[in-house]
Amino acid sequence: MFARLPETGAEAVVVAIDGADFEARAGDSVAAALLASGRLASRATPVSGAPRGPFCLMGVCFDCLITIDGVPNQRACMVEVAPGMRIDTQQGAPPLGTGAA
Amino acid sequence: MKTCDVAVIGAGPAGLVAATTATSLGLSATVFDESASPGGQIYRAVTTTPVRRPELLGVDYWHGANLVRPFRASGAEYLPATTVWAAARGAEAFDLGVSGGRPGTRIGGTFAARTLLVATGAIERPLPFPGWTLPGVMTAGAVQGLLKSSALVPAGRVVLAGSGPLLWQVAWQLASAGVAIDRVLETIPRGRLAEAMRHAPGFMFSTYLARGLELIRAVRRRTDVVEHVAELQARGDGRVESVRFAVDGEWTEVPADLVVISHGVVPNVHLPAALGCGLEWNPDQSAFQPVADAWGGTTEEGVYVAGDVAGIAGAQAAEARGRLAALAIANALGRIDAARRDALAAPAQRALATALRGRRFLDALYRPSPEFLRPRGAVPVCRCEEVTADAAREAVRDGAVTLHALKSATRCGMGPCQGRSCLATAAELLADELGADCAALAPPSIRFPLRPVTLAEVAAWPSRADAEACVVRGE
Ligand SMILES: Cc1cc2nc3c(=O)[nH]c(=O)nc-3n(C[C@H](O)[C@H](O)[C@H](O)COP(=O)(O)OP(=O)(O)OC[C@H]3O[C@@H](n4cnc5c(N)ncnc54)[C@H](O)[C@@H]3O)c2cc1C
Ligand code: FES
Repeated sequence: MFARLPETGAEAVVVAIDGADFEARAGDSVAAALLASGRLASRATPVSGAPRGPFCLMGVCFDCLITIDGVPNQRACMVEVAPGMRIDTQQGAPPLGTGAA
Repeated sequence: MKTCDVAVIGAGPAGLVAATTATSLGLSATVFDESASPGGQIYRAVTTTPVRRPELLGVDYWHGANLVRPFRASGAEYLPATTVWAAARGAEAFDLGVSGGRPGTRIGGTFAARTLLVATGAIERPLPFPGWTLPGVMTAGAVQGLLKSSALVPAGRVVLAGSGPLLWQVAWQLASAGVAIDRVLETIPRGRLAEAMRHAPGFMFSTYLARGLELIRAVRRRTDVVEHVAELQARGDGRVESVRFAVDGEWTEVPADLVVISHGVVPNVHLPAALGCGLEWNPDQSAFQPVADAWGGTTEEGVYVAGDVAGIAGAQAAEARGRLAALAIANALGRIDAARRDALAAPAQRALATALRGRRFLDALYRPSPEFLRPRGAVPVCRCEEVTADAAREAVRDGAVTLHALKSATRCGMGPCQGRSCLATAAELLADELGADCAALAPPSIRFPLRPVTLAEVAAWPSRADAEACVVRGE
């Protein structure tokens, strides 16, 4: 539900979102890449399992928690994409011992 | 460990001007900022934006470059993408717990500073309404950030809802970028404009007046604006699909792929609060703010606040307040005497007075209605722990009569966002149930760390009794 303005000069950066290659742009946050790929949700909550997605995009709400390169609970809006980055949406609470935000 | 004279937390207009001023007076300054590039919220990505048509972001936006240039030349140390998650007063200096940094140059551990200048800005006022946690409901600042940082604009059916300058600013920016906005649902209650008019004389001289009216007019020409929306609901299965809204008790439902909400901004007070700075309730802005003097000096010696964290006043005021706080710090550290401080401060004091003209009118006009500030029913108030308005109200009736007790009883404010998204609402609900004024509530007790940290990050923290008190929970 987001479209890129045509005239941007930013370079392409290929990341894998839930295993599928996606062409993000240099300077995108992981949340921006997720939204640009047509996904609105980044996770399901540990409390009720409800889907959630990026809400504030400024690091405040923690609704955008996502697994980046295997490390769960990262704020998608505060991490910039890098080539080859693996981004995985997450379901509920991650298993213990896998790291935190 | 090297100790700098002043640690500036936040690289928005307040922090940028403060750091530039401090270094110009011979102080060493280190600036920490969570964002990847300088500018703060209003000037987000001003040096890196991929947007190629400058007119689309508005002239005010590009002013940010005028602040970044001297900042870059000032010699202040700048640590982007770095979060300050704790601070403790040591014998000689403050120790900061920081994490982040750019990929490849990760930063962890502690920094020492003789004084702290907190310029953490504002966060958007989180006003709960049914469906506000659905994917596809986002804040105006979020959507604006996507435009500035990534040249991404909403596609599909877009509905904006709320009130305040940021709502119109974003509506205008989106419209300029060619986005078709289906509707703007404005939530100013009937009769409010007349009430706010008593502050109108001040507003007549506001620098925001002409510009604001121009934005609103431009948006109205292109978009259907519905006024006096009293109730709002986002609906959908797994994501937002429609918005329902009520005007004078009559409901309308419109399809929506994206719902963009804005109810103004409130000070981002967690850092000063956790440092022990006194907070007070600002009744005009319905939010807590640090108690501060005219220089930004807080109740904690050596801790200063500048910019919107000190009370919402906008970007021009943030610049002036950043300069005033830096001058006060230079004086406190013995770099300049009081006479020189006062002489250097005079232009900033005049600029501040100009920037504050009309603020009371804006506050009065855009203060959310009680129905929005004090929700009822099953709407989640705490997004993290999914605590509903009714659950919070019931806990108060069951005896949780302070913000602290409410948090213990319901977990409202205990999730990863550390209560940023629910603090203002929790205070309103508590006051409502007690029949008290928010100003009469004991301010929240906020503790470090300011965000979840790994054990490795905590382990890097120096082991000292007062430092340990920062990360160990319990009264
Ligand atoms: C999302 C949003 C969008 C806005 N857009 C506009 C606009 O378009 N026009 C306008 O006039 N006003 C806008 N405002 C109002 C805005 O608050 C002020 O105009 C101005 O940005 C305030 O400047 P500041 O220096 O006080 O803080 P900010 O500009 O908010 O800067 C604060 C900085 O501190 C950083 N920070 C916060 N906590 C930490 C921490 N613990 N560690 C490290 N860094 C931290 C943040 O990342 C941020 O970069 C916006 C506000 C918000 C919240
Ligand atoms: S979207 Fe709110 S923290 Fe990332």
